[in-house]
Amino acid sequence: MSMTFHVNIVSAEAEIYSGTATMVFAPAEMGEVGITPRHSPLLTRLKPGEVRVRSDDHEEMFFYVSGGLLEIQPHIVTVLADTALRAKDLDEAAALEAKEQAERMLADQKADFDYAKAQAELSQAVAQLRAIQKLREKMHT
Amino acid sequence: MFFRLCGECLPDRVRYMSGAKEIRTKISSIKNTQKITKAMEMVAASKMRKAQERMLASRPYSEKIRSVIAHLAHAHPEYRHPAMIERTARRIGLIVISTDRGLCGGLNINLFKAVTSTMRKWHGEGLEVDLTIIGSKAGAFFKRLGGNIVSQATNLGDSPGVNELIGTVKVMLDAYEEERIDRLYLANNAFVNTMTQQPIVEQIVPIQGDEDQELKYHWDYLYEPDSKPVVDALLTRYIESLVYHGVVENLASEQAARMVAMKAATDNAGDLIDELQLIYNKARQAAITQEISEIVGGAAAV
Repeated sequence: MSMTFHVNIVSAEAEIYSGTATMVFAPAEMGEVGITPRHSPLLTRLKPGEVRVRSDDHEEMFFYVSGGLLEIQPHIVTVLADTALRAKDLDEAAALEAKEQAERMLADQKADFDYAKAQAELSQAVAQLRAIQKLREKMHT
Repeated sequence: MFFRLCGECLPDRVRYMSGAKEIRTKISSIKNTQKITKAMEMVAASKMRKAQERMLASRPYSEKIRSVIAHLAHAHPEYRHPAMIERTARRIGLIVISTDRGLCGGLNINLFKAVTSTMRKWHGEGLEVDLTIIGSKAGAFFKRLGGNIVSQATNLGDSPGVNELIGTVKVMLDAYEEERIDRLYLANNAFVNTMTQQPIVEQIVPIQGDEDQELKYHWDYLYEPDSKPVVDALLTRYIESLVYHGVVENLASEQAARMVAMKAATDNAGDLIDELQLIYNKARQAAITQEISEIVGGAAAV
């Protein structure tokens, strides 16, 4: 029997996978990494892509992650997957939106909820479109 | 409001509506209200179950990320994130998580009481407070109170996602990194069980680790590409996961509180209907007795 280690793939909203593996491939920021047992401790960010888990009986499982963090210890590998698309300007747009919402709430005497919601949804959609474009550009280059 | 139907104020009210027809319409109106509260109770019960599942589902992530942070705190990395360093407090950031809707008993009020008493304590120590609001009830309350609200997120719905919280958390983390605030607290209702929800206000930044815990040997991670961006990303996600957990816990508390409040309202409506029914029967009986005596009296006169 080959050596195995434990793999956990979790996102903030749910546990995605937990089990043993002989090898794991992950899309790290500096290029894809293949992890075998007794890897030295490593911490890195993940790009959007595929995490492959090779189990004991040479079966491979695929998990899509939209980014996140990868923690490696000799006998345990943890993938902290993001549930949301993360890009710096996307985060900034969200922060701006949160600020604006507070300002709007304080300014409005009677809060016009539908208007505020529509505005929020619009700016969210715009920001997401921008992030998707950026990702596409990156993939093509 | 539905849950304020109370039996004690009954005699007074009934004295003015001795007419049998009026009592009958009153009964049918209360029955309609009871149907609504019953429906709300059942809806809240099923939503609570889902909210509890969501709360449990978020646990593995926060446990994992916490263990990585614990390693980091012990590993003596070359880069220490500001969120891991204590500094003297002058201004405090506070994230208040409330519900978007009412009719959930004293849930929000209990939380706001705890928050305002904490804020009063801080003001007494000469500390200023910046507020971030999650949920429209807290928005309305702290707007009236005149708190310094810097960001807000509302209408998260029944299945909130982390991506809806990124913005509000980032506002506070940026403020922390730029030293506009020196501490960050989180206030929400903790779900103890269906009957009990406990308002809590706790510090989340700087991260309070168990520093005195001695490790036998020291080791550090390899960081790719560099320790700073990796640790930054890790801590941002950690704080976000704490806030997300607060939100889902508050949601479970909301549904539990609403379920209990609506059950009490349904029960009270039932009591009210019983008492009104009794009065209605008496009024009816009295009317019949009067009619008979009138007939008998009439017959005797003839």
